[in-house]
Amino acid sequence: MSILDLFKRRTSAPVARERLQLLLAYERQSRGQPDLVSILREEIMAVIAKHVQIDQDYLQVSMDRGATMSTLEIDIQIPNKGAAPLAMAG
Amino acid sequence: MGKVVVVTSGKGGVGKTTSTAALGAAVAKTGKKVALVDFDVGLRNLDLIMGAERRVVFDLVNVIQGSAKLSQALIRDKRLETLYLLPASQTRDKDALTEEGVAEVIARLRSVFDYVFCDSPAGIERGAQLAMRFADEAVIVTNPEVSSVRDSDRIIGLLDARTMKAEQGELVQKHVLVTRYDAARAARGEMLSIDDVLEILSTPLLGIIPESQDVLRASNLGSPVTLSEPLNGAAKAYLEAARRLEGEDLPVVVPFERKGFLDRLLGRRAA
Repeated sequence: MSILDLFKRRTSAPVARERLQLLLAYERQSRGQPDLVSILREEIMAVIAKHVQIDQDYLQVSMDRGATMSTLEIDIQIPNKGAAPLAMAG
Repeated sequence: MGKVVVVTSGKGGVGKTTSTAALGAAVAKTGKKVALVDFDVGLRNLDLIMGAERRVVFDLVNVIQGSAKLSQALIRDKRLETLYLLPASQTRDKDALTEEGVAEVIARLRSVFDYVFCDSPAGIERGAQLAMRFADEAVIVTNPEVSSVRDSDRIIGLLDARTMKAEQGELVQKHVLVTRYDAARAARGEMLSIDDVLEILSTPLLGIIPESQDVLRASNLGSPVTLSEPLNGAAKAYLEAARRLEGEDLPVVVPFERKGFLDRLLGRRAA
């Protein structure tokens, strides 16, 4: 690394362009389609509700989009008091 | 039959109202009859930019609700006799606009004027959708900046889906107008370039308006920049954009900033 590199500033416009291209490619694809995350949330909620009584607020569904792969994160908190009787019944 | 042009953007503060005034006045200067319609109900500003704020008596909502005639609500510009303004209502809520009402007003304006410019409110909600609903063409005002470009992309999607033309299987003719372009910053790679914006939005370019103090001065004075200072950079760019809008094949020259000595020394490169 030469001393001149210290003065070189990396330009930000190319980063902006890349981020936009990635984001818009995704947004255009999903345009007009119902929101995937809220559909998943609803259906997961329905499945769980068959067996365990939980509140809407205890279910978190989020999607983290990456360039080649996306991560779906589902966080369900089951209160012990609601779970016990139903589990026995099932 | 006149042409209906919506000036839209999604994002607020990018220059829709300024561009509506500047383009409308530029077209009216050529002798065409032009009506500017402010769709920003509740937050009208086109009257202020046009310097007609003290002459507003009736507005678009009055006309739609039948409490005023269209001819009573239209304000004729004091500088150009072919230029008219239909202001938005300041007090009523957005729901005061109905699709049928807007359809009728636009149809009547279209029969009298050569050009009807619809100044859209920001956002993608009802008001913005009504402003674009009956458009033949659209000017998408975009700043070379990530959030503005993203919102423009959303608006382009709406123009292709929610307009009358789109529903009839036709296309609204779309043009991108890049405003607040800073050639020096673009040259240093600090701002999205024109090529970046056009490549991302894949929509033809209507013009590039350089960042300019003339625009603010014109707004302060209540005059479209194309009328008050027609020889300045931003005004010239608007005048040329207006000619392209009228169908003239005029090449767009990207404002160019020579690299300064410091830029060379520090090795800043354009994207």
